[in-house]
Amino acid sequence: MKLPRLLRLRREKGGIANFTMRGVKREEEQRRSVFTRRALLLAGGQLGLFGFLGYRLHTLQVEQGERYATLAEENRLSARLLSPPRGRVLDRNGQVVAGNRLNWRALLVAEQTSDVGATLETFSRIVPLGEHERARVEREMRRRRRFVPVIVREFLTWEDMARIEVNAPDLPGILIDVGTTRIYPEAEHLAHIVGYVAPPAERDMDGDPLLQLPGIRVGRSGIERFHDLAMRGRAGSVQLEVNAVGRVIRELDRREGQPGQDIEISVDTELQKAIRGRIEEGTSVVVMNARNGEVLAMASQPSFDPNVFNSGVSNAQWRQLTNNRATPLINKATNGLYAPGSTFKMVVALAALEARVTTPYERVSCPGHFDLGESRFHCWNRGGHGALDQRTALKLSCDVYFYEMARRLGINRIAAMSRRFGLGVDLDIELPGARRGLVPTREWREAQGRGWALGDTVVHGIGQGFYQLTPLSLATMTARLATGRAVQPHLTRSIGGRPARGGRPEDWPSMGIAERDLRLMRDAMWAVVNEAGGTASIGRLPSGYGQMAGKTGTTQVRRVSREQRERGFRVESLPREYRPHALFVGYAPHDNPLYAVSVVVEHGTSGSAAAAPLARDAIVETFNRFRAVPQPGARVADAERSGR
Amino acid sequence: MSGSTVFEKRLLTRDRGSGILQKLWQIPWIFVLLLCAVAAVGYVALYSAGSGNPDLYATKHALRFGFCLVMMLCIGFIDIRLIARAAPVAYVVGVGLLVMVALHGEVGKGAQRWIDLGPLQLQPSELMKIILALTLAAWFHRASWERVGNPFFLVVPAILILVPVGLIFKQPNLGTSLITAVLGGVMFWAAGVRWWKFAIVIGGAVAAVPIVYENLRDYQRARITTFLDPESDPLGAGYNIIQSKIALGSGGFWGKGFLQGTQGHLNFLPEKQTDFIFTMIAEEFGLVGAMGTLTLLMLVVAFCFLVALRCKHQFGRLLAIGLGTNYFLYIFVNVAMVTGSIPVGGVPLPLISHGGSAMLTTMIGFGLVISAWVHRDAEFGPARD
Repeated sequence: MKLPRLLRLRREKGGIANFTMRGVKREEEQRRSVFTRRALLLAGGQLGLFGFLGYRLHTLQVEQGERYATLAEENRLSARLLSPPRGRVLDRNGQVVAGNRLNWRALLVAEQTSDVGATLETFSRIVPLGEHERARVEREMRRRRRFVPVIVREFLTWEDMARIEVNAPDLPGILIDVGTTRIYPEAEHLAHIVGYVAPPAERDMDGDPLLQLPGIRVGRSGIERFHDLAMRGRAGSVQLEVNAVGRVIRELDRREGQPGQDIEISVDTELQKAIRGRIEEGTSVVVMNARNGEVLAMASQPSFDPNVFNSGVSNAQWRQLTNNRATPLINKATNGLYAPGSTFKMVVALAALEARVTTPYERVSCPGHFDLGESRFHCWNRGGHGALDQRTALKLSCDVYFYEMARRLGINRIAAMSRRFGLGVDLDIELPGARRGLVPTREWREAQGRGWALGDTVVHGIGQGFYQLTPLSLATMTARLATGRAVQPHLTRSIGGRPARGGRPEDWPSMGIAERDLRLMRDAMWAVVNEAGGTASIGRLPSGYGQMAGKTGTTQVRRVSREQRERGFRVESLPREYRPHALFVGYAPHDNPLYAVSVVVEHGTSGSAAAAPLARDAIVETFNRFRAVPQPGARVADAERSGR
Repeated sequence: MSGSTVFEKRLLTRDRGSGILQKLWQIPWIFVLLLCAVAAVGYVALYSAGSGNPDLYATKHALRFGFCLVMMLCIGFIDIRLIARAAPVAYVVGVGLLVMVALHGEVGKGAQRWIDLGPLQLQPSELMKIILALTLAAWFHRASWERVGNPFFLVVPAILILVPVGLIFKQPNLGTSLITAVLGGVMFWAAGVRWWKFAIVIGGAVAAVPIVYENLRDYQRARITTFLDPESDPLGAGYNIIQSKIALGSGGFWGKGFLQGTQGHLNFLPEKQTDFIFTMIAEEFGLVGAMGTLTLLMLVVAFCFLVALRCKHQFGRLLAIGLGTNYFLYIFVNVAMVTGSIPVGGVPLPLISHGGSAMLTTMIGFGLVISAWVHRDAEFGPARD
């Protein structure tokens, strides 16, 4: 056997020599040298293995040290977000219309009780728990670590809490803590304006870590949605040191978040409630500050309670809201679309004056109908008005006069004037989903692959036809007529205490319509309400409230056939859903316009009878609220100041 | 014996271990100091493992070491020849304890390992390693080169190894039984057993691996599989290895500082006061501290080798090299384990880890080494049959 030189051993011959002293010595020497060699070899091997350990340590601690340091930090640190309180919504008087309510909750910490089941059993004898509620608690208990509290019951009443506190010794592991929840004190009164919140859905996740927090809510509609980012605030964070099982050892760093900003809206809650108290299903009323476009009230019946969305709306509730034919979820003031009818006639008249196709003094003869080729267009007054000038035509709301004006103007000049009055354009109201409406033009119709006939133009001269306008845009039109400024309706007065744009009348530019022409319109609108024979005499304000100017409108929802006409047709005989809509637009005081109002009563039959009284009451209530019953010559500024 | 006077006289005059004072002078105080340094490292590490509370581990460690130190010095005074004569008795006692633990030992972690001796829990397998080194040294002390070459002469020591290895394996404690077997092999090797015999045994052992694997307990197999791929089960069996590597690696070159280690204090590190104490040191004192500790431990082993090389009799040589290797195996397996280099084996780091059994037996072993040093020149020829 061939061995390495170092290990090769000399073979000893002659075992007898071992019995001599010399032999013992030699044997000892030999064993010693073998041992020494092997011991050194062993030492070398062990030194090598020590070297290997050193190499391993170097690899782990120096070469990969940074990687492991990162892993160690990840082990150790846990960041948690602090959810800031959501900004409130206040009305113009500082009354909270969307706030945060403390939400007292009972929590259960598994590790603090020896028997979770027994604690839950005792708890449900004090505060009854449903079967599925207990199942949910037990499910969450299994999923979480034993020191993580699980919500047993939310929205505890004082009585519940008192009973829990009294029984605390029998309820080991039960804690009471407080979170917040959104509350709308005015419930359905401002639901369409303020909107509501709901837990964020997948599509709401915009990268804001705040949205990951349990219990967080995002605005789903109205102001809540429009100003969601401002009201949401910024999440704070705490850096916690946690141990291997996730228990918090200490707080390392705390960064306070930014609470959401309060939004002040221009609505007056009491005015809103008073108006809502007056109106029935299918009615919408908008009251605006005519000078700066602030919406003071915007009512739409029916409405809904936004509080139900916060705690999670049930399927049955949701179906009841969405399948309701009266569409409580829809704000008719911004999303209801109506033909303006006669309330539109000022726009046609102004267009005619500006285009110089008529003069205020030109008289047009009304025989009760207007013939265009084969077609005949009727005036609402079958007997005809005789010859009348523009003021009288507006006051009596003669249709034939405006058929003639439309014929002279053509549809596009009417449409252009409409848009200057905020009709069929985006008004940028802070209510997401608000409709812009439709003002037809020749091009619009042709884009649909249909031709535009002169007969179409004639019908649109009295605000019938393809028009689809919202009550809000009609109020805007009225405010612009009253002030000559291109005011836009808006709801935001201030964000986080900083005034929003558009609060002063000077913020809005002039419409560029001759003041002389506008004055003619205002005079005619005054006559409509206040002169004998005007169509809206019923809308006259009680004494002491000054005078209102306005215009009625009644729009057919169904064509009246010739046959019906000849049989002496009466609207009242129709089923309600076929009756015409009733409209009214107006402003007051007539000589110093402060407030503009628009009213739409679906199937209200008559603008004079159904809409005008509501507008009158709304204006009276507005004056009452703002304590600005104007004496003749009262200054606007005084009214504004006392109104705050 | 005629003609032997000169030789005998020379031996006698050089036998410096006759008087107590002379023996005291002979005690290798540098070695004792070295052991104190190692125990001090242990004290610091355990102080940190107790999160700055010495009552938890550190104080006990110091007291235990003090007791063991006195015991070690006492053993150091015992004549080496007496020790050699006591070897068979010790072996019988050791095996007896192993049998006892098999019959009614305490069960810890699925294995019967402990005997409860009141204040002290004794792990006979630890003691057995020392006894095995002693027994084998005594056996081979009598063996000439020729006799070592005789296969029949090796049958008895082979059985001497296999009996305790088998008993420890049955506990079951795979790690310690393997270490015991390796220790026995090293003794054979140092005694001069021929190369080719090792080749045969090792070859046979490799062939036996599949058979052994079949007989392993589930947790032992899990150890091997998670060693091969620790990330496969990060929260289960692989957790210890991963967390140990994270703690160790995050220490970096200079460490996080005394009491500043995060993984240990936050309990990410399991058994930080026992098997993973080295990780604690490496996390808080970095590569510098880890290498320093390793060097200190290496010096302890080196001293045992020095004793072995300076010893004039085969018994002392084999005993010192066996005990030195025993301590080396503790260190290597433990550090290799915490660095994720070999499967976790539940092997402590004696004199540093918290735990009495390993410290007691290790100190007994060092007592024997000291005795070998003190009596290195004693006349202790191979016994004649």
